[in-house]
Amino acid sequence: MAKTGAQVLVDMLVNKGVEYAFGIPGGAVLPLFDVLYDSPIKLILTRHEQGAGHAADGYARATGKVGVCLATSGPGATNLTTAIATAFMDSIPMVAITGQVRRKFIGSDAFQEADITGITRPITKHNYLVKDIRDIPRVVNEAFYIASTGRCGPVVIDLPVDITTESWDGPYPEDNEVHLPGYKPRYQGNPRQIRIAAEAINNAKKPVVYAGGGIIHSGCHRELLELAEKGNLPVTTTLMGLGGFPEDHELSLRMLGMHGTLYANHAVTECDLLIAIGARFDDRITGKLDEFAPHAKIIHIDIDPASISKTIKVDIPVVGDAKNILTELLPLIQQVERKEWHEQIKEWKKKYRLSYDNNGVLPKPQYIIEQISEITRGKAVIATEVGQNQMWTAQYYTFTSPRTLISSGGLGTMGFGFPAAIGAQLGCPDKTVIDIAGDGSFQMNIQELATVVHYKLPVKVVIMNNGYLGMVRQWQELFYKKRYSGTHLEDNPDFVKVAEAYGAKGFRIERKEEVRPTLEKALAIREPVVIDCKIGQEENVYPFIPAGKTVRDAIIEGTFGGMA
Amino acid sequence: MVQGKYNFPVPCNLLIMRHVITALVENKVGVLARIAGLFSSRGFNIDSLSVGETESPELSRLTVVVRGDDSTIEQVRKQLGKVIDVIKVIDLTDTPYVERDLMLVKVNVPPGRRGEILEMVDIFRGKIIDVGQKDMIIELSGTEDKLEAMIKLLHTYGIKEMARTGQIAMARGTK
Repeated sequence: MAKTGAQVLVDMLVNKGVEYAFGIPGGAVLPLFDVLYDSPIKLILTRHEQGAGHAADGYARATGKVGVCLATSGPGATNLTTAIATAFMDSIPMVAITGQVRRKFIGSDAFQEADITGITRPITKHNYLVKDIRDIPRVVNEAFYIASTGRCGPVVIDLPVDITTESWDGPYPEDNEVHLPGYKPRYQGNPRQIRIAAEAINNAKKPVVYAGGGIIHSGCHRELLELAEKGNLPVTTTLMGLGGFPEDHELSLRMLGMHGTLYANHAVTECDLLIAIGARFDDRITGKLDEFAPHAKIIHIDIDPASISKTIKVDIPVVGDAKNILTELLPLIQQVERKEWHEQIKEWKKKYRLSYDNNGVLPKPQYIIEQISEITRGKAVIATEVGQNQMWTAQYYTFTSPRTLISSGGLGTMGFGFPAAIGAQLGCPDKTVIDIAGDGSFQMNIQELATVVHYKLPVKVVIMNNGYLGMVRQWQELFYKKRYSGTHLEDNPDFVKVAEAYGAKGFRIERKEEVRPTLEKALAIREPVVIDCKIGQEENVYPFIPAGKTVRDAIIEGTFGGMA
Repeated sequence: MVQGKYNFPVPCNLLIMRHVITALVENKVGVLARIAGLFSSRGFNIDSLSVGETESPELSRLTVVVRGDDSTIEQVRKQLGKVIDVIKVIDLTDTPYVERDLMLVKVNVPPGRRGEILEMVDIFRGKIIDVGQKDMIIELSGTEDKLEAMIKLLHTYGIKEMARTGQIAMARGTK
C-alpha cells in the first residue's frame, strides 16, 4: 500500500513508542499534522514553539524517554532553537522535527524558509535534512538512536513539505538496525583503569565524590549509593546531579559550586582524591580553575571522551557508562574508616550549615521551598526557572530520588521551567509537579497557562515574586553599586488575575504564616494553580562564590564588604 | 622543559605545536560545514583544511593543519571524533608521514628576467603552466617549507595572485 511521506514518518514515530508530540502546526507541516489527527500519538499544542521544545525536554528529563517536538519551517523552527540548545547543554534525548519549504525552493529565500540544519548544527548532537522519501525510515531510526545513546542529546530532522505529500509504494524497511560507522559510544570502562581507580579510592585519606547529571542519565543512583556506603565516601552533586544521591543521607554534602554549600566546597578544596562521575567541571562548579581541588588526584568517569581533561587535567580517566563502571568498581572497593576526614566534614557541616534569617513578616523564599519539600516529602517533580528561584530550590529542597529536579543547568534558560513542567506532568501523571519560578522567568513563557488549562494538567507554579530579575539584581547590588539597570520589573501584572483569566486558579502569599496553609490547599487541588509569593525585593542567594573565585572568597549573608 | 620565547622555561605540554590531523569522513552533504563550524565554535586555530574523495566513493579524507598545545590538540581530536559523520581521526604528527601542498602563483615577469625565473622553477621542480605578456603562472607542489621558500624568492618579482590547496598528508607505508 502506498503511503505519503507524512504517513511514513508518523508510522516510524509510533514504531519508536512515541506517546506525545509537542508542537504547533504551520504551512510546511500541514500534511504531517493531518496524519497526526488520527494517529495514536497525542498531540500537545503549546502556545509557542519554545514551549513545545521545553515540554519535550521536560518529558524526557522526567521519564528518561526521548522527547519529541514539532514545528513548521522558518519562524516555527527558529523558535525551537532555544529549547534545542537547552537540551544540548544538558545532554537530554530529544528529537525535533521541523517542516521545510519544498525541495526545489530550498535556498531561494522562500516564504518561511530558514536553513535550520545550518542554524542548529552547533546545538544538536546531529541533524538531518531529508531529501528523499525513502530515507525517512533510516533517518528516524538513526535520530532516535543517536539522541538516546552515548552522551544523549537533541537531533533535528528537517523535512521538506513536498516529501511529506509525495507517495511511496514501498517496500518499507522492516528492521530498525542502524549503521553508523562513525558513531560507536563506549559503554564498558577499561578494566585496567577501573583497577587503578579502585586502588586510588582505597588509598585515599580524604576522598570526595563529585557526581553530575551522568548519574541520572545512566540510572546509577543505586550503584552510587552503594559505592559511597561501601567506601565511606562523602558525596557532593552538581545541580544536574541533584536527586542522584539522597540529600538526607549522612554522607551527602549537598550541592557544590557557586551557590553550593560551603562544606561541599571546603571538602573539594581539601580532598586528596576527587571522584568525578558524569560531571564536566563546568565553570559554575570549579570557580578559579587552578585552585579547584588543588591537592587532589582526579578520577573522571564519563561517557564522553571529550569531557576528559577539557578544563581540568584528569589523572585517572575511565570512559564508559557510569552504571557499568560503578558495577565493575564496587567489588574492588574496601571499607575504610577515614575517621579524621569524616570528623572534619562533620565540623564543616556544623559550622557552615545552610541558613537564613527567618524573622520578619514577609515569607522567605528559602522557607517556602523548605515547606514545599516537607509537604511533598521530597516526592514531587520539581521544575525550576533560572536564577534565584533555581538556586534556592537547589539549596532548600531535599532531593532524594533521581528525575525529581527538572532544571536548565548548562544553558540557564529562563522560561524553561513552566513548559518543562508540562512535559514532566504528562510523563508522570500520578506525580505532583511544581514549577518554582521567578516573576521574570515565568513571564518568558506565561502563555503556556493556556496549555495547562486546556489539557487539565495539575501543574503548580510557585512564583518567588520580588519584582526584580533577582539574580542579576543581586550581582548589581554586590558588584555594580546597586545600579539596578534593567532589572526592576515595576509593572508586573497581577499574577493571580492572570491565572484566573486563563482559567487556572490563583493564590497569593504575602505573610509567612500563610505559606503552609496556602501551599497545602493549592497542592490538594487537581488543577493548575499559580501561587504568587510576595517575597522581599532584595532577598539574596547565599553562600555565593563569585565567578572565577574560590571558597575562601565566599560571600555569606551579612559579610559582604564590597568588591571590585 | 624547553626555552620559550622570552627565555622563560615553558613546560613541553604547553608548547604550541603544528599538528597534521587527518580524518576519514562519510561523503555526505554538510560534513565540511559541520567540521568547519566545529573549528570556529570551539576556537581552534587552523592553518589549512582540505577535503577530497578517497579510494572509496562513500568516504572523504580531510586533512587539517592545526596549531595548539597538547590539551588543545587532544580536544581537536576528540571533538572531531564526536562528529557522527567522522569515522576515524589520526594525528600524523608523531608517526612517519608525507605531506604535500599544491600552489599556483601568477608572478610578474620584469623585462629580461624570464630566464632566471625559469631556472628557479626548474630548481624547485615546479612547472610553468601559463605564460602571458607580463606574467606567468607557476605550479609547484611540496611541503609547506618548500612552498614558503619559493614564495619568498618570487616576492622579488612581484606576486600578482596565488592559490593553494592546503596540506594533504598520508602516513608512510608499513616497514
